[in-house]
Amino acid sequence: MQQDMRILLEDVSYTYEEAAAPALSHVSASVRPGEFVAVLGHNGSGKSTMAKLLNALYIPTEGNVIVCGYDTRKEELVWEIRRRAGMIFQNPDNQIVATVVKEDVAFGLENLGVPTDEMLPRVESALAAVRMSQYADSAPHMLSGGQKQRIAVAGILAMEPSIIIADEATAMLDPSGQREVLETLHALNRQKGITVVWITHFMEEAATADRVLVVSDGEMVLTGTPREVFDQVDRLRELHLDVPPMTALAADLRAAGLPVQPGILTVEDMAKEVDRLLCPSKSAT
Amino acid sequence: MLNDITMGQYYPVDSPVHRLDPRIKLVDTLLFIVAVFLAQSFVGYLLLFGFLYGVTRLARVPFRMLLKGLKPLRIILILTFLLNLFFTPGEKTLVAFWGIRITLEALRQAAFYSLRLAFLVAGTSLLTLTTSPVALSDGIELLLSPLKKIHFPVHELAMMMTIALRFIPTLLEETDKIMKAQMARGADFESGNLIARAKAMVPLLVPLFVSAFRKAGDLAMAMESRCYHGGEGRTRMRVLKLTRNDGLALGAMLLLIALVVLEGVLL
Repeated sequence: MQQDMRILLEDVSYTYEEAAAPALSHVSASVRPGEFVAVLGHNGSGKSTMAKLLNALYIPTEGNVIVCGYDTRKEELVWEIRRRAGMIFQNPDNQIVATVVKEDVAFGLENLGVPTDEMLPRVESALAAVRMSQYADSAPHMLSGGQKQRIAVAGILAMEPSIIIADEATAMLDPSGQREVLETLHALNRQKGITVVWITHFMEEAATADRVLVVSDGEMVLTGTPREVFDQVDRLRELHLDVPPMTALAADLRAAGLPVQPGILTVEDMAKEVDRLLCPSKSAT
Repeated sequence: MLNDITMGQYYPVDSPVHRLDPRIKLVDTLLFIVAVFLAQSFVGYLLLFGFLYGVTRLARVPFRMLLKGLKPLRIILILTFLLNLFFTPGEKTLVAFWGIRITLEALRQAAFYSLRLAFLVAGTSLLTLTTSPVALSDGIELLLSPLKKIHFPVHELAMMMTIALRFIPTLLEETDKIMKAQMARGADFESGNLIARAKAMVPLLVPLFVSAFRKAGDLAMAMESRCYHGGEGRTRMRVLKLTRNDGLALGAMLLLIALVVLEGVLL
């Protein structure tokens, strides 16, 4: 029987202990295998809570979270879920356990009880996949933030997961580190078909996903492709979320009476649209 | 800032001593300590010194690194020497002044006691200079593993050591950052008497503790999400294997003990 590799959230609510309001209330969503889904939201919107629910670190107060066909409520399945849905956290320093890079990558494998002679090849191929092979024997604290996050990705990758959840994995990195990590995850998604749940408050990062889920005040407010979501400029502004500059410009132009098409995200999109508007004859080509 | 902690500082070069099994090095260090206590004469100490010097050369560690390890101990060494020198009773007086008598026996004992202390520290710092902290905690875990039978938490202990070692540089960095942040706001860590300086540490220690606890929480979550569930059913990537050199190292140490004992009996 083919295993159901989806992530399903069925009317999920989560309330922290001693908190008055739920951090997440009645959220339903599903993520298809092989999809790159961005969860966009402000600080305190409940997006991190969502990440932790997917990894069985939190158990929903109401509703069910089903990962790869396993219900996170069932305690005996916790390790199965965590093996299949690896998680990268925000702070690169606080998730590296070992003092040598390759040993940190092996940490998950050691926990799973993988035989010793299988371990090294898996560690090496995981490091190669994040292009960190030359740092296998380095000390983690000597690496840059982006490199540390890639090590964390390798640590997950060695466990051969079908899903990677990145909980604001770039929030503490510099721009080049942010790009490194996002590109690494995109490459893994394309090449290995790993499902990625990318939790972020950076609109630019969300725009690179296949699908965006927007969370605000613990509720899922918008879903759709980046084009569909970001075109709802007014709604996003209402939620105090950033809108890609070109999308915002397109909306302003539209408001000024220009017939600008929806679905503009990048400068290239805008250039094409301006071109189309200026020389309507050329657009046929 | 906090860089002059030689005790426990690994000297990363490749040498036969570095490549030895950490278990053997631990056992050898314990045996060396025994040898230090067995040595009863200057010839015995000379043997110990020769051995220590030879191993240091073999390990390609500069000998001054060992001496550097003794530096923090200099006050204790001097005190040990002086106390033994003045307060050991003896027969043959060497010098006497102001009612204090220094005897030959006292001089001998003072020298032996301080040498013994110096050898103990030098021997153990040779272990930490040539063994990476990770290898060391591995070795300790394996050496203690028989204690698992009496439910001693060997794995947990080793994991704690590994994590502590992993976070020392991170916390040092953090300390540095907080210190600079507080100094930028006018905190003064350097002047004043001991009490004033201790008080000045409070605004440093409080944020450091808060951050350490937060880190611990984060790390625990990260470890759990990577399926960490204690030592049970866990495998290891690094497996220690004894080689011929390990046998030789153990043999050499036993020989040293034998020589020290023999010398004590014969001379």
